[in-house]
Amino acid sequence: MTRSDPGKTARSVFASLRTDGGRFLLIWFAIPLALVVALLLGAVMMLALGANPLTGYSALLKGAFGGSYALSATAVQAIPLLLVGVGICIAFRANVFNIGGEGQIAMGGLAGTAVALTLPDLPGPILIPLVLVAGAVGGGIWGAIPGWFKAFHNVNEILSTIMLNLVAVQVMNYLLAGPMVDKSQGSVGGLIPETKLLSTNSWLPVLVPGTQLHLGIVIAVSVAVAAYLLLWRTSYGFKIRAVGLSPDASAYAGMSVKRTIVTAMTLSGACCGLAGAILVFGSLPHRMVADGSLTGFTGSAGFNGIVVALFGGLNPLWTIVSAFFFGGLIVGGSALQIATGVPSDLVTALSGIVVVLVVALEYQRRRARARSNAAAGARTTSRLRLRRRDPPLAVMGGDEQ
Amino acid sequence: MNDFFTFAVLTTTVASGIAVATPFLLAALGETIGQRSGVLNLGVDGIMLLAAFVTYFIALKTGDLFIAILAGAATGTIMGVVTAIVSVKLKAEQGISGIGVYLFGLGFSALLFTKLVGTPLPIATLQPVGIPLLDQIPVIGGMFFNQNLLVYLAFILVPVVTIMLNRTSYGLRIRAVGENPAAADTLGVSVALIRWSTVMLGCTLAGLAGASLLLYNGIFQVNLTQAAGFIAVALVYFGGWRPVGVMAGALLYGLVGAVILTWKSLGIIPLSASDLAATAPAIITVVALLFIARRFRQPAVLGRPYERGG
Repeated sequence: MTRSDPGKTARSVFASLRTDGGRFLLIWFAIPLALVVALLLGAVMMLALGANPLTGYSALLKGAFGGSYALSATAVQAIPLLLVGVGICIAFRANVFNIGGEGQIAMGGLAGTAVALTLPDLPGPILIPLVLVAGAVGGGIWGAIPGWFKAFHNVNEILSTIMLNLVAVQVMNYLLAGPMVDKSQGSVGGLIPETKLLSTNSWLPVLVPGTQLHLGIVIAVSVAVAAYLLLWRTSYGFKIRAVGLSPDASAYAGMSVKRTIVTAMTLSGACCGLAGAILVFGSLPHRMVADGSLTGFTGSAGFNGIVVALFGGLNPLWTIVSAFFFGGLIVGGSALQIATGVPSDLVTALSGIVVVLVVALEYQRRRARARSNAAAGARTTSRLRLRRRDPPLAVMGGDEQ
Repeated sequence: MNDFFTFAVLTTTVASGIAVATPFLLAALGETIGQRSGVLNLGVDGIMLLAAFVTYFIALKTGDLFIAILAGAATGTIMGVVTAIVSVKLKAEQGISGIGVYLFGLGFSALLFTKLVGTPLPIATLQPVGIPLLDQIPVIGGMFFNQNLLVYLAFILVPVVTIMLNRTSYGLRIRAVGENPAAADTLGVSVALIRWSTVMLGCTLAGLAGASLLLYNGIFQVNLTQAAGFIAVALVYFGGWRPVGVMAGALLYGLVGAVILTWKSLGIIPLSASDLAATAPAIITVVALLFIARRFRQPAVLGRPYERGG
């Protein structure tokens, strides 16, 4: 037997292909795989509730993507998800876990609304940018506080963001029932906690007549592209990612770790706040309404944005695709409810399953990649292989092992 | 202001503060056990929601509160299996997988509630049981010794968990696994087994917390917990990973809330400002975290999955 026996070579290649198959699947298809498993589990739930999964899913697809009206509704739904998702990308890349999106959205909405109520007579081209910037500032401040707590006082950001969500909901209830309430409503049993109709100058213009698609989608996509450029094409973005990957090494290289953490949280909060302002000025009622909970205003975008960002691999550009997809799921959820009687909350449950599966597969995926890199190390060290880096999902420990 | 300092008002305020604190205490004690072994479970809120729904549903169908509470706790245990598989077996990133469990619990409990119940009907609440003799003590008896059984259980668990963590070999193993899993592993302690057990225990307590929250309210609604599970996680940090500290945090949170409710109903706080006053428990907790973060150290490997040779 010589070393160049073709039969043996073929056999060993085949064998290595077979063992590599599972790794290959894990490395490249972990995220789609998670989605497929989640949809299958959703089908089981529908069957258990006595509904036909095929009818359900086809209704969902049609409701989300069938026709221009459905598509525009999906795009409108995707706007806050995308903005929050981009904010999550920035924070996660710096290894800061921002789960205060809900509160930051509310503060952004309130800040924008306050400006529109104070200066209703400004012309649209001035007022619209002004209210959007106010929203970003409101959310940014609400994000900077936990960032500052984490960087300078070692307070876990998960806890402080949760607590600030609880503060934000009460501030929202107070402002909308008190100082900002619409005093002109002639109701008997107390005022409804909502503002008056906001000045038409502040309304986001509709892009396609006959649909609800408004300027917000352009803003959201631009912010996503800008965040991508910031993270991968500027030295500041490099700093954010470096701090996320290894705070110690970054400090050793002379970077200010603490300030970078505060900035990342501020940018993250600003994205969420912008989403809040767009939720007010792009909505159909064109006023800010409170039902006593954050979800009533945000539609849980603060949490769903995390799903969207994870699903987009913490890359702002892929997050655009992912936001559109999850926007479709939410819009299609109501169609599913009408067609099968299964409540649209199924979509929330499914996105939870997607998150769990994505992070559960992430560790296995990394191990598979480490193995295949080690195996490939002997054969080749191509630049491509070296450039592939995983995002810092090690949120709590902050270590990359 | 004078109205507030009558004994009757004080008694009801403190008693209701303790009742409000109970679900937080149960969930936070469970979370403490898990975190001492190095596992961060952020899905508590979702687990509480699922357990609260199951408790509600069983109570509605059978009318037997005892079975309903058991079913709620069992729901927690089942979710504990899921959490342990994800966090211990599959070594997922715990901060994020917890959000996944939360979203699942939020969506699935709402789904089941809308589909299986639809129109919400109130159920019987858990009746207070006076402790003989002690409940006769003026003022104090009414505050502390005329509560329902879950309240007593929660507060008895405080010394029980303290002793378990500090005075038993199981507790020593839990702490070893949370501080230095490699050393524990070398000595033949199964890191995975210990973490499985703490996660299951913690989630069972989260299930009980959901049941007690539901029985306090007497009715289920979508997102019943209003982030109570997340607050419970914060209280673990607040309490410096010690059961007594956790209890102090839960009581502070519950009592401040109860005092503000009483002030609101007595008109001491104008109605318009009552929403702002309601932020007090959260703000107090955040400010307290600022000071506590310096004094206590979290378990060394909190949130980090263990891997041999890693």
